[in-house]
Amino acid sequence: MRRGIDRRRDGSYRVRLPSEERDVLAALPSQLREALDAGEPTLYRLFPPAFVDDDESNVEYAHLVGAGLLEGKLAALHELERTAHAESLTEAELRTWLGGLESLRLVLGTQLDVTDESYAPLDRDDPDAPRLALYHWLSWLQEEVVQALSASLPEPSDPEL
Amino acid sequence: MSQVVEAPVEVQKPSSKDVPLDERPWVVIVWNDPINLMSYVTLVLQQLFGYSRTRATRLMLQVHQEGKAAVSTGTREKAELDVSRLHAHGLWATMQQD
Repeated sequence: MRRGIDRRRDGSYRVRLPSEERDVLAALPSQLREALDAGEPTLYRLFPPAFVDDDESNVEYAHLVGAGLLEGKLAALHELERTAHAESLTEAELRTWLGGLESLRLVLGTQLDVTDESYAPLDRDDPDAPRLALYHWLSWLQEEVVQALSASLPEPSDPEL
Repeated sequence: MSQVVEAPVEVQKPSSKDVPLDERPWVVIVWNDPINLMSYVTLVLQQLFGYSRTRATRLMLQVHQEGKAAVSTGTREKAELDVSRLHAHGLWATMQQD
C-alpha cells in the first residue's frame, strides 16, 4: 500500500504513515518550540526582514507583524503535534501540517546549511547524515501535502491571472 | 512613440520618474532559497494571490533560475500585507519602491 497523503472524494485526506514516523512528527514541534524559547540564531529564517536596506522600516515591520507571525507558526506546530497520529485530516488540518512542516524544514535546513547540492546521496561518514535524512524525510512529507492540496485547488476563472 | 530608457531593466513604467516618490508603487519580491520546494512555492503563490497554476509556476521558475521575481505590486500598505503573508508561509520576500 502506498505511503503518503491522498485526497478522498468527500474532501478529507487519508494519511498513511507508519506509527514510528508519526512519533517523530509528533516530537519535532516541541524541539522547535524550545529553540524558539532559546532564541537560536538560525530562527532568523522564520522571520526575515521586509526591506533590503532600511533598518528603521524593518524594526517597524517586526514590531507590526512579528508577534502575529510567531503566533501563527506556534499554532501550526501545536496542530501538527495534536494530529500527528490522525488517519484522516480535514483540509484545514492539512494546511496547518503544511505550515508546521515548513517551519521545521526552514529551521533544520538553516541549521544544516543546506544548498542545492544537499540533495546528493547521503554520505554515511558525514556527522550530519542522520539529521539530513530527517530533513529529506520532512521534504518528502511536505511534497505529499503540497501534491494533495494542489489537486483540489480551483483554477481562477479569469485566464489573465 | 518610442523613447530612450536609461536602464535596460524594468521598462514597464517609463513614466515612473515623473510620479512623486511617495506615490510610486511598491513591488513585492520573492527571493530564491535552497530550502523551499519548487512545488510549495507554486502552491503558495496560487493560494495567496489567486494566480493560475501556469502563472504561479512561471513566477516560481523565475525565482529559481534568476534568483528573484516580482510577485505583486501596490501601495505600501498592500505590499507590507503581501510580504507578511509570504513570511507567514516561509517564503523569503522583501518589498521596494519601483
